[in-house]
Amino acid sequence: MAIHRDHELHGRRFGRNLGLGIALALFVALVFGLTIVKVSYLDPSRMPAAAGAAQ
Amino acid sequence: MSDISAIDHGQEAGFGDFVQLLKPRVMSLVVFTAFVGLMVAPVPVHPFVAFTAILFIALGGGASGALNMWYDADIDRVMRRTAARPIPAGRVSEGEALGLGLGLAGLSCVMLGLAANWFAAAFLAFTIFFYVVIYTMWLKRSTPQNIVIGGAAGAFPPMIGWAVATGGVSVESLLMFALIFMWTPPHFWALALFMKDDYSKAGVPMLTVTHGRAAARAHIFVYTLLLAPFALGLAFTSIGGPLYLAVALVLNAGFIVGAWRIRRRDETAAEADRYKAERDFFRFSLAYLFLHFSALLAEAVLRMTGIGGW
Repeated sequence: MAIHRDHELHGRRFGRNLGLGIALALFVALVFGLTIVKVSYLDPSRMPAAAGAAQ
Repeated sequence: MSDISAIDHGQEAGFGDFVQLLKPRVMSLVVFTAFVGLMVAPVPVHPFVAFTAILFIALGGGASGALNMWYDADIDRVMRRTAARPIPAGRVSEGEALGLGLGLAGLSCVMLGLAANWFAAAFLAFTIFFYVVIYTMWLKRSTPQNIVIGGAAGAFPPMIGWAVATGGVSVESLLMFALIFMWTPPHFWALALFMKDDYSKAGVPMLTVTHGRAAARAHIFVYTLLLAPFALGLAFTSIGGPLYLAVALVLNAGFIVGAWRIRRRDETAAEADRYKAERDFFRFSLAYLFLHFSALLAEAVLRMTGIGGW
């Protein structure tokens, strides 16, 4: 039996790899976003109480 | 023999099979209740942190599902309802499910700790442990009270959501837990009444098998009575209000009436109408939980506008 480049098996593997790739890309974006939020908005030194104590 | 002839083309998993291992329908309940638990808490959470926290709570729930499917593959093969799952269908191996479950469990707990706080992360880890070890490995196959105690695993997500915001536990989060915990047994026993062949074939000691179907009908009724005070009690805490109370009154009255119908029927009557009352009760139980938590969410939104609560 000849092996076709576009066998159904390859399609399924491509779908699996694509899904995993997208999941990993989303994870990277999530960690990046979380880092931005943590350092920009939730930085303890920017909290009102800390700012007051520093003055 | 060539390499190609050794490949079974029909059996290789697609991405969707791995998603199915995470039990997406159960995940949707986890997401919703955890989201409500987080939103009704008195401490505001940054939206991105909230989104991340809910995502990883859901992923932790998914990891539990994968580990459950790994351990229960033998009985899933026997039950009609579960025979098409990825492992019994031969698309995913048991080792793959175990690896995915353990990997996602670790990832979700660590990420929840980093995104929110370590109390919430420890709570999530305990929930996964409870579902996989206490329920799946121990109780499910050994006692007809499996659903009662195992239901705790499904009841923890709103407490985890609350813990994400507050870093602790309170009366409100305990009552949200109690609402799901007491709701789970009648919900599953109703399912067991009209899916009767499955559990007995698999040798799972469901109440309907060990104590008889009449006992299960009585238990459903008693649990709906015991559930009502917890559901109504939530109305008088800081997260309740008149709207929630009205919704809870209607839903609990309906739930008790439905359970009473099941209680007074026998098997002949049930088989005559193909378990209509049991199926109706099961469907109503889904709406029951969804609407209680929706009402809590509505109260939180109303409080933001200054008209919610007491």
